[in-house]
Amino acid sequence: MAEKKSLGKEFRKGLIAENPVLRLVLGTCPTLATSTSVANALGMGIAATLVLICSNIVISLLRKVIPSKVRIPAYIVIIASFVTIVQMIVKAFVPALDESLGVFLPLIVVNCIILGRAEAFAGKNPVIASAVDGLGMGVGFTMALCCMGAVREILGAGTFLAGIKDLLAVFGDFSFNGFTIIPEGGAISPMLIFILAPGGFFTFGILMACANKLAEKKGKPRAELGGCQACPMAKNCALLADGKDCSEEKEDKAV
Amino acid sequence: MVNGKKLVVSASPHLRTKTTTTKIMLDVIIALIPALVASVIFFGPKTLLVTAVTVATAVLSEYIARKVMKRHNTIGDLSAVVTGLILALNLPVNVPLWIAAIGSVVAIIVVKQFFGGIGQNFANPAITARIVLLLSFATHMSGSEWVAPLSWLGKADAVTTATPLALYGKEGAVIPTLFDMFIGNRAGSLGETCTVALLIGGIYLIARKVISFKIPVAYLGSFALIMLIAGFVKEDSVGAALEYTAYQLMSGGLMLGAFFMATDYSTSPINTDGKYIFGVGCGIITALIRLFGSLPEGVSFAILIMNLLVPHIEKITTPKPFGTPKKEKKAKEADAK
Repeated sequence: MAEKKSLGKEFRKGLIAENPVLRLVLGTCPTLATSTSVANALGMGIAATLVLICSNIVISLLRKVIPSKVRIPAYIVIIASFVTIVQMIVKAFVPALDESLGVFLPLIVVNCIILGRAEAFAGKNPVIASAVDGLGMGVGFTMALCCMGAVREILGAGTFLAGIKDLLAVFGDFSFNGFTIIPEGGAISPMLIFILAPGGFFTFGILMACANKLAEKKGKPRAELGGCQACPMAKNCALLADGKDCSEEKEDKAV
Repeated sequence: MVNGKKLVVSASPHLRTKTTTTKIMLDVIIALIPALVASVIFFGPKTLLVTAVTVATAVLSEYIARKVMKRHNTIGDLSAVVTGLILALNLPVNVPLWIAAIGSVVAIIVVKQFFGGIGQNFANPAITARIVLLLSFATHMSGSEWVAPLSWLGKADAVTTATPLALYGKEGAVIPTLFDMFIGNRAGSLGETCTVALLIGGIYLIARKVISFKIPVAYLGSFALIMLIAGFVKEDSVGAALEYTAYQLMSGGLMLGAFFMATDYSTSPINTDGKYIFGVGCGIITALIRLFGSLPEGVSFAILIMNLLVPHIEKITTPKPFGTPKKEKKAKEADAK
């Protein structure tokens, strides 16, 4: 059981200290795939946040009904229902976003962040706290995606917020469609590699280091390889509560 | 008799070598001078400009990165100069200077300093920077942008041509003679064309014991063997197969890669067995990319892939200290526990 905290704290932990992408390293696949532009990142982030809040609320409501042996399938069914709803909404109102996100929109079903929050938080905590936790994690996810999207789009395509028109189409017809930072055919051309997968990994790693530094400044443990105490999830870990270490467990298996 | 005393008691080490990182790097720079001179002859004075930009940016990046990260400064060990120099030799002569500068920044800051500086990088900085540039600015880094050798002497600004690797095997294409290939009279990156200059540099490094002969020999040997077989399958005669192999050995960045980039200390194995595995791996991957890949050249990709495998190669080639029990025994003991 997580200790009692104020709702403000539940919200804020998702931003930096337990940022799902940069600190817990969850949901890496959609992060790398959809952060090629800020518009895509924003769309993906909002869609995932909606699913996360709704599934957290429902799972928290049902936490005493769902038998723990079949909790994962039950969570997946709940999450999948909300993903279907979100996908239908996106298809109806922002078809361009549906096209550019492609398979990654339905793949929110298996997004580690959402299942991770269901397992680590919503399954053990009351409804309001779970909803706030979902909102914080969702905003953290969206922030991380947008940071990566901004770096990759500016360096790799020479634009900023390109394609935002399709996203704004929900609110009406806007003529604004982003800035061009590196004009085409000029003396300088953008570094294509940042749009490709390797550039995504570069950006990911560098942002992770920055988030680590920020969290360290606030007195949080650094996320390091090995060493369970340093894990940002340490206080939710069942193994640690029993006085064990997951590295010990691995060693046992290796022998 | 140290300091006039008969007996000196001190902690080990007792034997010290005078070799320092700076001296090794200086040797590498000396070894690269023939290739640099050859490229100035073939591609004109712009070579020196490109080299100056990459070296200056590399040293500056190293200085700034160390300063920002609050670590002691290492520009004095000349490793940044070597990285800049090797990167310049990997670029085409008419590369825009800002691209060359970005290459140095990527090599020093992203590949080297982010991982802890000299000796800590897991991949060769110059090779990685070259690949980043190739993927980012494909039109400037390859394709029809190669400048014909010696064209800077003529009236035209630059005559472009294809590299021998791209030409070889095409109907009606005029490829340079084997002698031209040997002295470097062909299109290509700045420092990769002159085989003889690279051989002189490589032999100098081996003679000075800066690098061991194992990686280049394993690399070139395994590559030549595969090309000999491929040539025999293609041409169906031993003579033609030998000629084909000679062309393949002297084209692309193979010589530069085998002597100067695959032998980088921090990104190649320590043990003899490991060095042979590393070299043969590079040779096989280069040959496979050249024979079956969509790109004409594969040296940089081969070396980068093998760089990533080095920790695993080290693991399987770690020598067993004398007197230690066998592995199965250890496992049994653990079971008994």
